[in-house]
Amino acid sequence: MTIGHNSLAQLSGVSKRFGAVLALDGLDLEVRPGELLAVLGPNGAGKTTAISLMLGLRQPDRGSARLFGLSPLLVEARRQVGVMMQEVTLAADLRVREQIDMVCSYYPNPARPEVVMEMTHIAPLARRPYGKLSSGQKRQVQFAMAVCGRPRLLFLDEPTVGLDIQSRETMWATLRQLVGDGASIVLTTHYLEEAEALADRVVVLAKGRVVASGSVAEMRALVVRTRITCISALAVERVRTWPGVGSASRDRQRLEITATNAEAVVRQLLSDDEDVQELEVRRAGLAEVFTELTQEVAQ
Amino acid sequence: MNAPLEGRGAVHAAEDRVAMPAGGGAAMLPAGAATTPGAATMPAGRLFRAYLSEAKYESIRMLRSPGFAGPFLGLPVLLYLLFGVLLFGDPLGHDPKGALFVFMGFSVFGVMGPGMFGFGVTVAMEREQGLYTLKRALPMPPAASLLAKTLMSMLFVAIIMITMIAAAPLGHIRLAAGQLVGLSAVNILGAAPFGAIGLFIGTWASAKSAPAFVNLLYLPMIYLSGFLIPLPKSFQWIESISPAFHLHQLALRAIGAPSLGDPLVHVAVLAGVTLALTALAVRRLARVG
Repeated sequence: MTIGHNSLAQLSGVSKRFGAVLALDGLDLEVRPGELLAVLGPNGAGKTTAISLMLGLRQPDRGSARLFGLSPLLVEARRQVGVMMQEVTLAADLRVREQIDMVCSYYPNPARPEVVMEMTHIAPLARRPYGKLSSGQKRQVQFAMAVCGRPRLLFLDEPTVGLDIQSRETMWATLRQLVGDGASIVLTTHYLEEAEALADRVVVLAKGRVVASGSVAEMRALVVRTRITCISALAVERVRTWPGVGSASRDRQRLEITATNAEAVVRQLLSDDEDVQELEVRRAGLAEVFTELTQEVAQ
Repeated sequence: MNAPLEGRGAVHAAEDRVAMPAGGGAAMLPAGAATTPGAATMPAGRLFRAYLSEAKYESIRMLRSPGFAGPFLGLPVLLYLLFGVLLFGDPLGHDPKGALFVFMGFSVFGVMGPGMFGFGVTVAMEREQGLYTLKRALPMPPAASLLAKTLMSMLFVAIIMITMIAAAPLGHIRLAAGQLVGLSAVNILGAAPFGAIGLFIGTWASAKSAPAFVNLLYLPMIYLSGFLIPLPKSFQWIESISPAFHLHQLALRAIGAPSLGDPLVHVAVLAGVTLALTALAVRRLARVG
């Protein structure tokens, strides 16, 4: 078959249950050529399960998973794929270059380990045993292992967790470069800013279902709520009656308000309480919005 | 998506880089990303290289953890020197049959450890650490890791045989070169069924429980296979259940010593154990990891 404009990876009507927990609930998800797809969602949303089904690590209870039009269990399908998993302990005694060289050998047309290490900025670690690296350095090595086979499709499960800011930005730059060169990437993340910085398309999962999907701009439009926190003696009940307030709660001295019209709420807050301290206004995190979205779906 | 490269030359041009800057015209991808079939084939040479590299790094890992490899490599010859030379060397000097029994016994003992513990414990550990899951997700040739571990345990047995052969004259053992080569060959191949037993345990047990489960088979096998402690006649039927008994008989045959049973049956039992347990373990590794 030819892949043409078809999906590189596809889940169709997939359900997966772990005991009492329904991890995926009739999920449809596809990865298109040349896109960076960010899969977002709170913990337990089914992000990692979705990826593991696409890679053939688990079998769906219902529905089907295809990778390059083939069963993901076939090594011929996975030879076009690079993977960075969330939790893995690699052989501690092997050196960084050796780890990469070993993974390179699995692919038909890999890059040279030196080139990969240069590109992912881990060349100085080449001779260090993997077990002696910091957790952030280990993630960088795992990233190098994911890209070393020059895959057409990269699966990155929470790749930047544990990285310092500089390493994270280096990784982002590499990802942009890879997409620019035609690779497709599936990225799961908790971080809205990561999706904003990188993604062409965003899929939001919650409770094993897609609750929203679209471009980053479309997703940002969903995030209309703003979170306002401050130290204030105002009564929560009173705040809740203000126009533009979605919800209000108190954690000791700290007042937390979710607002649909932040400017109006802040004006009201400052006029009603002249002693307001530590005022913070920020757009609600995606995780919070996802939770709300799921609750809406559930209702 | 950038225009994909066409043809073999373009692939080579892209070989020295993982990626080129966006808009550079070349792709990090193999040629013809938009038109190639779904299946990515691997030339035989590269496939062989994948197996080779897995075996190479498996042995490097083991050599770098002497705390793990040392006991397997050293124990058989040390015990042989203790019992066959130091404690009972004098009486065995006047008892060629007894001397040979002790030597052959500790040789077979040396075959069991690397496979059962090497496979059993490392597979259980690597499964728990997510390494097998990653390797399943990566396009590692399905059998590469197991083949690497099997070769590793065979290499261990070869080293053990060298140490045993070096110690043999101290235990009043005089064997011809041909006999030693035959014995070593049988024992090295004999590592396979014990590797399969270890693998089977490693794919079911947790990292913590694997050593206990291995010991549950390993210790009775040492005492009840008749190769170190002869069993009373009424209990000898137990021996035939143990793969170690069948290996012991083949090893005796390889040096031209009297042995029990039909060699074809011994080979069939050992091959059967290897194939059946490996198949069960591979099935579980592929499905569950």
